[in-house]
Amino acid sequence: MYRIRLHGRGGQGIQTGARILASALFVEGFETQDSPLYGAERRGAPVSATVRAARAPIRERGLPARADLIAVGDESLLGVAAAGVLRDADERSWLLIRSGVAAEIWRSRLGRSERVATFALEVEEGAELPLVGAACAGAAARMLGVVSRASLESALERELAALSAQARAASAARAFAAWDELAALAGCVTEEPAPIGAPLPRPDWVDVPLDPADVAAPDIRVPLTSVQVRTGLWRTLRPVIDDALCRRCSWLCSSFCPDGAISIDPDGRPCIDYDHCKGCLVCAAVCPPHAIRVEREAGRATEPEKVG
Amino acid sequence: MSRVLLSGNAAIAWGARLAGVDYVPAFPITPQTEIIETLAGWIGSNELDARTVMFESEHSMLTAAGAAASTGVRVFTATSSQGLLYAMEMLYSVAGWRAPFVLVNVSRAVAAPVTLHSDHGDVLAARDSGFLQLHAATCQEALDLVLLGYRTAEHPDVRLPALVNLDGFLLSFTREPVELPDPELARRFVGAFEPGASAFRASRPVSQAVAVLGGGPYSYFRYEMHRASEHAGTVFADAAIELEAATGRANDAVECYRSDDAEVVFFLIGSLSTTAKDAVDRLRESGTRAGLVRPRLLRPFPTAALRSALHGRRAVAVVDQDLSIGSGGVLHAELAGALHGQAGAPLLASFIGGLGGRRVGVDELCSISGEALEAASAGRPPAPRLLYTEAELREVRKLQAIAHEERHR
Ligand code: SF4
Ligand code: SF4
Repeated sequence: MYRIRLHGRGGQGIQTGARILASALFVEGFETQDSPLYGAERRGAPVSATVRAARAPIRERGLPARADLIAVGDESLLGVAAAGVLRDADERSWLLIRSGVAAEIWRSRLGRSERVATFALEVEEGAELPLVGAACAGAAARMLGVVSRASLESALERELAALSAQARAASAARAFAAWDELAALAGCVTEEPAPIGAPLPRPDWVDVPLDPADVAAPDIRVPLTSVQVRTGLWRTLRPVIDDALCRRCSWLCSSFCPDGAISIDPDGRPCIDYDHCKGCLVCAAVCPPHAIRVEREAGRATEPEKVG
Repeated sequence: MSRVLLSGNAAIAWGARLAGVDYVPAFPITPQTEIIETLAGWIGSNELDARTVMFESEHSMLTAAGAAASTGVRVFTATSSQGLLYAMEMLYSVAGWRAPFVLVNVSRAVAAPVTLHSDHGDVLAARDSGFLQLHAATCQEALDLVLLGYRTAEHPDVRLPALVNLDGFLLSFTREPVELPDPELARRFVGAFEPGASAFRASRPVSQAVAVLGGGPYSYFRYEMHRASEHAGTVFADAAIELEAATGRANDAVECYRSDDAEVVFFLIGSLSTTAKDAVDRLRESGTRAGLVRPRLLRPFPTAALRSALHGRRAVAVVDQDLSIGSGGVLHAELAGALHGQAGAPLLASFIGGLGGRRVGVDELCSISGEALEAASAGRPPAPRLLYTEAELREVRKLQAIAHEERHR
């Protein structure tokens, strides 16, 4: 069975990418399964999706214990511990990273002697298309070596059917560009053979102890936890207030911000807390003089996550 | 018939579409919302001739479902977790009205604490409500059970609503190959809903009893529901045979996998059963005769079929993905009740796992079967085991340490 995991941020089309890859494998005659994994919040938050493919019906479900290929659509996630990108990478796993940085540099950064590949993809300002996911699917399909270009094409058609012709073409172009870029590695990812007979180790079971209730109740009674979680890491677009245009109405943007991320200083000047602004752009939409412009985060979020 | 990739949620929506539903009262909740979105999309594009109405809560949604079904239209609705619990009062009421429709529950563990992932704490809370209860193990089954649900629920001798359950994420958002039945075949299979004299019509009031009853009449109506639910087992079995003849897919009330000669059998419900089949094969390769017995139908409880499937087995490992706090596994208690006093009944060992989406893998299942067999050799059922690993406890200790530090800051 092939087990492949795609990682990215909500809004990059990672689930769609997994669908394209599974669909292409299905067209090739494989039994397939694809499933996304995400939490309560999506846009900008780390998401992953799993694709399985085998010649027999697939009974395994949920997160696989290990992956043959881990495709990362957003390199900044490698610095976010909670994204769990490398959680189960072993020496058989291939790592594919969308990055302008060369594969050998990633190898040394990650302490891996081999099996790291990269592909490049520029995404235009404000693009709301599953481009990253589609490119990951194209690259992954090539690395598996068991998907024909025609099957990839038919999968792209099926899975992107709801988009406009123009958007479909843009996504397909990215998928094929990545497919071409990975030509030298065609077939490098191999199927993990089914385990035969070997006894499995006994799980490290423990008896759950009886703890005092003040430890064992899952209550959160302090506000600090939400301060600690830097939800600003989810942002793909950044609102920037132009001080010269701002009329200091001092309530619109700050009242409408669903995250309470805009405070007003004593002079009536709005100030955005980028550690927690999720980039929803509600503020930009409500500002009467259009004083809040939108910038792309590109490259900004690569600093590693601050813990505690 | 065509084979396509569908998520569990999409398969459910297809089931409702193929059953030709008329009315879809709705209220959103993760991980179910996609079902209603899909149906609403089809209604919007005129691919489905039905109406959908968004309510302000699941309680009202269920009330509307029961009221509409009482007028003789075909009703579909869906919820999850807290939503099912919020509607619970009306679950009992509409079942008491004998209003047949299909309610899909996408299993998600209930709060507190909060999670989005699956266990059966939500759906098992509804087991005494009068709803029939059907549990899907695959996306294909999710579709088939919606069709079977309507057939069974609307039968004139049943007239009880049916609850079809699928596991959140593991089925709801997982896409796999599904055979879409031919629409004409599906329509013929489900048939028209013929409410007969029981249909409520405006300006034509009918009463079948008085509003507030004493114990005697109350008992009569509850006993009638019970009889109807028991009878639903036969109706379901007949319908399943018919569906199998048309599609080649078996949907017996109890699925038995390699259990005929098994010394140890897994007993569990839902999508974990496909993992359990892998465990069965794995155990057989290494010389342990393992099998799986998995009820699709939980209400009515298929007592006779389970007694015969488990007769002569040495041990049964019951894996509950639920926990009745202060008692133990719900399935374990139900199975123990069904087998108690039966000659040749196997030893039952109880395991709790899979709460809130906690993964139960082949490795754990293999160890579980070993424990059950050891207990059978010793002739003594083991204490129920709450499946938990050292690594999991370490993770919680870390979370607690961080939370504790913040609390005292
Ligand atoms: S984009 Fe604006 S409204 Fe949205 S979270 Fe950031 S500051 Fe608040
Ligand atoms: S809404 Fe616009 S004008 Fe008003 S305070 Fe915010 S940025 Fe300034």
